[in-house]
Amino acid sequence: MDQFDFKGCIEIKELLGKKADDELQLLELIEEVPIDSIYYHTHSYFLRHPYIAGPYPNDFANWVAIQVRDRVLGEKLASVTSEQFKSLEEIRLELAAIIDNHLSMIHIIPSVVYGQPFYFMKSRIIEVPTDVRVSTFREFKEALKTIDASAIYNHIFEARLRVRRGRSDFSIWLEEALSKKELARKFEMVDSYMYSLEGLRNKLLELCEGEA
Amino acid sequence: MCSGNSTLESYREVAPKGAVDLVYKLAKGLKGRSILHVNSTRLGGGVAEILHRFIPMFKELGISADWKVMEGSPLFYKTTKSFHNALQGQRQNIMPEMYDEYKKVNKKNARDISFDAEIVVIHDPQPAGLIVRKLKKSQWLWRCHIDISRPDRKVWYFLKDYVSRYDGAIFSLASFAQKLSIPQYLIYPSIDPLSDKNRELSKKEINAVLERYTIPTDKPIILQVSRFDRFKDPLGVIEAYKLVKKYNDCCLVLAGGGANDDPEGEQVLNGVKEATSYDKDIFVIDLPPDSNVEINALQRAATVILQKSTKEGFGLTVAEAMWKGKPVIGGAVGGITVQIIYGETGFTVNSIEGCAYRIRYLLNNPEDSALMGQKAKEYTRRNFLIIRHVCDYLALMAALLNVYGSLLYEDRAVSFYRRGIVVEFQPALQFPLYVRRSVPKVL
Repeated sequence: MDQFDFKGCIEIKELLGKKADDELQLLELIEEVPIDSIYYHTHSYFLRHPYIAGPYPNDFANWVAIQVRDRVLGEKLASVTSEQFKSLEEIRLELAAIIDNHLSMIHIIPSVVYGQPFYFMKSRIIEVPTDVRVSTFREFKEALKTIDASAIYNHIFEARLRVRRGRSDFSIWLEEALSKKELARKFEMVDSYMYSLEGLRNKLLELCEGEA
Repeated sequence: MCSGNSTLESYREVAPKGAVDLVYKLAKGLKGRSILHVNSTRLGGGVAEILHRFIPMFKELGISADWKVMEGSPLFYKTTKSFHNALQGQRQNIMPEMYDEYKKVNKKNARDISFDAEIVVIHDPQPAGLIVRKLKKSQWLWRCHIDISRPDRKVWYFLKDYVSRYDGAIFSLASFAQKLSIPQYLIYPSIDPLSDKNRELSKKEINAVLERYTIPTDKPIILQVSRFDRFKDPLGVIEAYKLVKKYNDCCLVLAGGGANDDPEGEQVLNGVKEATSYDKDIFVIDLPPDSNVEINALQRAATVILQKSTKEGFGLTVAEAMWKGKPVIGGAVGGITVQIIYGETGFTVNSIEGCAYRIRYLLNNPEDSALMGQKAKEYTRRNFLIIRHVCDYLALMAALLNVYGSLLYEDRAVSFYRRGIVVEFQPALQFPLYVRRSVPKVL
């Protein structure tokens, strides 16, 4: 039987030295920055928030809502989650279109007055082998309880983008190696954007309860 | 002051699940590689404290880690103190001979120190000039621990000449990044959960400290621990306390040091004493350096902890307070904003009134306050403990030494190809495929 090889990951955060003070600058820089910056501010948001999920699941939405205090745009940007898009370029395009559309409907450019500017960052991810390999469902459940939260990120969020199969490594393995189709389906149904990584760990463990 | 014999294993109980194992695995590929840290002091200050912890940990992981300290003249240290202040935005009078002294001392140390390591990390502005001795085979990083978001331009341009020659720079906050041609990395500082300032204390130890300073135990304690410095806004804290006191019986403890060697600090401390002399429920404690257990005890005894700064570097006192399971109310400046998640681990505030309102909220909602404190502790566990800090350095080492291969998203897509994994690699869409609609001008 195929083994499941848990792999954690670590993010190196790189500063781009670029910042936005208003929503137009944000739009222009979203169009201009390297794609790894879009990855950092959308996708790897969860890797940095393993315990507490912020109000919205990406940095752009949080900045606009909290620092600029533009709740409307914040809510619109929060709806952009990577599972809807095939590539980061599509995400970039969607973010830019949402901001542009928003700006075209209002008469001023909302900007930071009391808050902080948006600092653009770039992400580099290192995949780290954990040497935790499991063959049975029981071993999988036990490993899931104690594995570093970054492995949960790697096998759920990162996996969806990496292999573009739109599915997590966990559900693929549960279905293909253990023939647990129903559990794999339940794993896929979890709205991972609504949890922190620790919250997601608990949710997945809850789904595993009762399974032999 | 620190539990000097702590090994990586001793952090297993306080670190997040799996984090210590991840450190071991990450270090596996770095066994036998070398790193050298250079700074300007072996004792005192946050940098020395963290290096005292780092070196044995890296050695334990099989990495050849060394730490060297540069030597300088009194004029050199006077110069670098002025640099330090100027880089943090204060106007300084720096004479040409002081720049000359900086160059001379760095040149001399560059000759005396052996830089035989694959990665060389130079901490802060004092030894930045050592870069003149950079060997081609090694990679040099400049680690800046201070807030240089609004530096004195003249001093920064002088230093930038050196910094630009490094292979990378590391800053503690995104807002500290500068326009540089080299990669700039973000690594947050950390606290040591096993040090005297942060370790668990018994009730007896806590009560002994409260007794020593005659702090009552029958009413809630509002605490701010920080230097007596106007940017920490102790007078604002007193004003906020006065507003709270109208509704809630409580006491205020302002504990800190730094007044002895700083004329401005003494002025601030006198101002604070004058403003508080009328109220027996306000305790102003001028702590000597190394009062780690005392600070720990005060934080553990407090009901609400404040860090009402109006200007702040990273402000690790926030993480220290959160580690004790306390919600923190902090000024919305500097690193405080990355430590406090509004409404989750505490509150960031922008005014005296806002600060008073949030103190009242926490005093009157003990269940919410306890829950927030619990979240604050977990958030600190995952983001601001030394294990995460070690992990960040190892990851950067691995990246610079190319131990784990390609790392960027675009590169990764290609490397997965090489590894025989099927991916749909799409080249970047070419902007401006996207057509801009008309957008209004900034008013």
